[in-house]
Amino acid sequence: MATTTASESIPSWRYVWGVRWRLWRQNALEFWRELHKHPISVAGGVVMVAYVLAALFAEQITWHNPELGSLRNRLLPPAFVASGSWDFPLGTDAQGRDLYTRIVFGARVSLAVGILSVAISMVVGVALGALAGYRRGRIDGLISRFADLLMAFPFLIFAIGMMAFLGPGFVNLILALTFKGWVEFFRLARGDMIAEGTREYVEAARVTGQKPWRIVVGEMLPNILPTIFVLTTLRIGFMIVTEASLSFLGLGIQPPTPAWGSMVADGRNHLLNAWWVSTMPGLAIVGLVLAINLFGEGLRDILDPRLKLE
Amino acid sequence: MRLVKIVERLLVAIPIMTGVAVIVFFFMRLTPGDPVDIMMGQGGAVSAGEMERLRSEFNLDKPLHEQLAIFLLDLARGDMGNSFTRQRPVAQLIAERLPATIELALGALIFGLLVAFPIGIISAVRQNSLTDRLSMAGAFLGISMPPFWLGILLILIFSVHLKWLPVQGRIGSDVHLTTITGFYVLDSLLTGNREALVSSLRHLVLPSVTLGAAVAAIVARVLRSSMLECLRSDYVKLARAKGVSEFSTVAKHALRNALIPTVTVVGLQVGVLLGGNMIVEAVFGWPGLGRLVVDAIFARDFPLVQGAVMVYAFTFVAANLVVDVLYTYLNPKIEM
Amino acid sequence: MAEPILELRNLTTVFPTRRGEVRAVDAVNLALYPGQILGLVGESGCGKSTVLLSILGLIARPGRITGEVLFDGRDLTKLSNRELRRVRGKEIAMIFQDPLSTLNPAFPVGEQIRESLRLHNMLPGPSFWPLDSSRRRREKERVLQVMEEVGIPAPEARYRAYPHQFSGGMQQRALIAIGLACNPRILLADEPTTALDVTIQAQIVALMKRINQEHGTAIILVTHDLGLAAEFCDHIAVMYAGRIVEIGNVDQVIENPQHPYTQGLLRCIPDLKERSPLQPIPGSVPDLAELPSGCAFGPRCPEFQPVCAKGFFRLQPVAENGQRKAHRSGEVHMARCLRLTAYRIPEDD
Repeated sequence: MATTTASESIPSWRYVWGVRWRLWRQNALEFWRELHKHPISVAGGVVMVAYVLAALFAEQITWHNPELGSLRNRLLPPAFVASGSWDFPLGTDAQGRDLYTRIVFGARVSLAVGILSVAISMVVGVALGALAGYRRGRIDGLISRFADLLMAFPFLIFAIGMMAFLGPGFVNLILALTFKGWVEFFRLARGDMIAEGTREYVEAARVTGQKPWRIVVGEMLPNILPTIFVLTTLRIGFMIVTEASLSFLGLGIQPPTPAWGSMVADGRNHLLNAWWVSTMPGLAIVGLVLAINLFGEGLRDILDPRLKLE
Repeated sequence: MRLVKIVERLLVAIPIMTGVAVIVFFFMRLTPGDPVDIMMGQGGAVSAGEMERLRSEFNLDKPLHEQLAIFLLDLARGDMGNSFTRQRPVAQLIAERLPATIELALGALIFGLLVAFPIGIISAVRQNSLTDRLSMAGAFLGISMPPFWLGILLILIFSVHLKWLPVQGRIGSDVHLTTITGFYVLDSLLTGNREALVSSLRHLVLPSVTLGAAVAAIVARVLRSSMLECLRSDYVKLARAKGVSEFSTVAKHALRNALIPTVTVVGLQVGVLLGGNMIVEAVFGWPGLGRLVVDAIFARDFPLVQGAVMVYAFTFVAANLVVDVLYTYLNPKIEM
Repeated sequence: MAEPILELRNLTTVFPTRRGEVRAVDAVNLALYPGQILGLVGESGCGKSTVLLSILGLIARPGRITGEVLFDGRDLTKLSNRELRRVRGKEIAMIFQDPLSTLNPAFPVGEQIRESLRLHNMLPGPSFWPLDSSRRRREKERVLQVMEEVGIPAPEARYRAYPHQFSGGMQQRALIAIGLACNPRILLADEPTTALDVTIQAQIVALMKRINQEHGTAIILVTHDLGLAAEFCDHIAVMYAGRIVEIGNVDQVIENPQHPYTQGLLRCIPDLKERSPLQPIPGSVPDLAELPSGCAFGPRCPEFQPVCAKGFFRLQPVAENGQRKAHRSGEVHMARCLRLTAYRIPEDD
């Protein structure tokens, strides 16, 4: 009888990926069914998408200039209050600029900063975390110490410090947020990697002679992705609030570019007679962050219990 | 035995603090903006000689590594140097402002816990009831609202429209109070000054609520979920089988175990409180460390920023230590 | 014969579920006599644990209990929660299956035992107990006494220890100590040995037997291990899908099993001497929400006849040696199987 070579008895990559595809499809179907059980989260997701679309098509859905206004129109009330008009549906600010327009354009800033900073944090954090979690030893020690050191600073103080020194601006803002933002992802990825490392399939892969990078990227990473994904969603909300806080202090995006935080700050002097100037942008923030959090929570509900089945 | 471990942990904190100090040091100096320039207002009215004198006074003309050495040595002696902008020792400036910040953080913590505990427990006991759903909805709202906006909203409602509570500051400008500790509430009690007590408490309400809302929301959610788990456990079943009243089962058997993960979360919140302090202090004009730091950052006041950040970091580390100790008391499975 | 100290009459426990009502316990009739050890045997999910919980009224809403649980002449199902609490732990105590998860990890073991004493005011003294140090001392003494009795060595040192510091067998003894602290008349034991090693099992069983003999405590032992029940109990009731399918004195049931399920269970016990192949019962336990009509065991029964699927029928007395004679203990051997009546449904149903 002919003897089989080693390469024939190990299943081919094609076979493995075929199995993976079928599993993935099964999971996707389950995911769809689970979504139906979480209507509130889905609503959150819809609102999120609405914000994104509004930001993308800002020019199409607004009719005023977000950065220039006429002093004739200063401090007009929103449409649903007496003496307001639908031309300025949410009122105007102290420089006569339409609030609705500025809020829609402000979404661009918030979403861009939020998503970008979290994306970069995630990539850096997960990469470092996977490295530290798999290799352990001195690399792990070094990076972990550094992470601990960074964690000794409260987030906002760190961000303010960085912004104050780097100066305002979009890129600097992203830098400031990611500089400390990666730590959370690092810790999660590292912890998960260490836990995964003790599981049998890793040992099995190592024994069959797989290269370590293949193991990490091909096998372990997909298993920890769901928790990372959940964290990502939740951090976006946090980053948006932080960005708004920095703008509020005047350290973020500079005027006249509309940013929700600085808009709220502008309205502080007019609380007595024009409450909408501060309130409206704040509501926009709350709406977006709430939607993100609800969506993330539902995501966690759906993804986490399935993790246990794996 | 435990005391030894605590001292051990404190000692470990020293390298962390040193690391923090070094980071802050380099950070300040590696970024654009000459402090002397800024102090002089970037005007050309000051002679070069004058600027040279100022530079040497502040050691800015020495090479970096020398500056670092001077800085660290001074720090070890407890000397944080003199503020560039205010001509006074940094330590003194910080000591003046620190009580205000701590008072606010405590107020927020107390408010947060007072709200979170009943809500978390009741929501777990009556799962899926109206109370539960409303509380959780409220909690979501709490973590989604940016503190600066919440503060402004509260001012709008309670100060501007209802006129119940004051807008700014720590105490009424017409109120007289002799300060002993720097904690206004405590001082008013110590000196028996009723007017000051009322005034300082009234001023403390809105900022504490603003800062504490997020804390309350997060702690309530964690408490609820760990209570739910504990209420489903076998030992709760046994407690009921023993004849323990429902109240005791919840308050003693379940809660005691649910506190364990909750305390960890509360500890994390302390960091958040310190960080969010700045914003709330800015919104309410609260004369605390936060505002001092922000102003100092803008003015490139190196010693002041360094000192303040060191104090923040130290408080953070200390708070974590307290939480860790508390945790080992609560969880008998962990040796410290 | 003496009066039973516990009697279950038509006890039924129902849980509403999305797929319909589930009768975890269906019209169960049991009598427990003083000093007797009764075994409730069956596979997982047959309702035996639920019977114990129903006795103490520990069924959470939306579950409902109907029927009667007569203890000392009082119907426990009609008592308020407050009155029930006075019975729980004091007159009727319960021990559970997995001692590590049943003991509260946050409190020392001695404290947990003492809680029973304090709750039921076992040691008289002024009501504001924290102030009464002599009472605390007496409580502690009693706790140590109980710990010694259940065989926990060096009780003084173990008093302040936490559950996770005990071994499995020691933990189970601690649980028994909690149950014994107030000298209950009845001990409900829900699979107390299942989570333990075999050697420890034997020790725990011996302990419970000793308690039964020295204190006269009646015991209801719930287990899936028919062999254990045979060794330990005086009477056995076999349950299937919430109903009792066979009941009688241990000799009757083990040596002359009448219900096919009991017979199947006996065949499942591996015999060390004969080394014959294991004969499992084919099929699996039915879903309680979708029970077959008639005899619930029908689909798996080797003696199934079409009439078995029609309607509900009662327990039938078993004829011994051609006569319907009760065992010398007065107990009548009964089984719920139509074979006993030659596959005819008796008219009185």
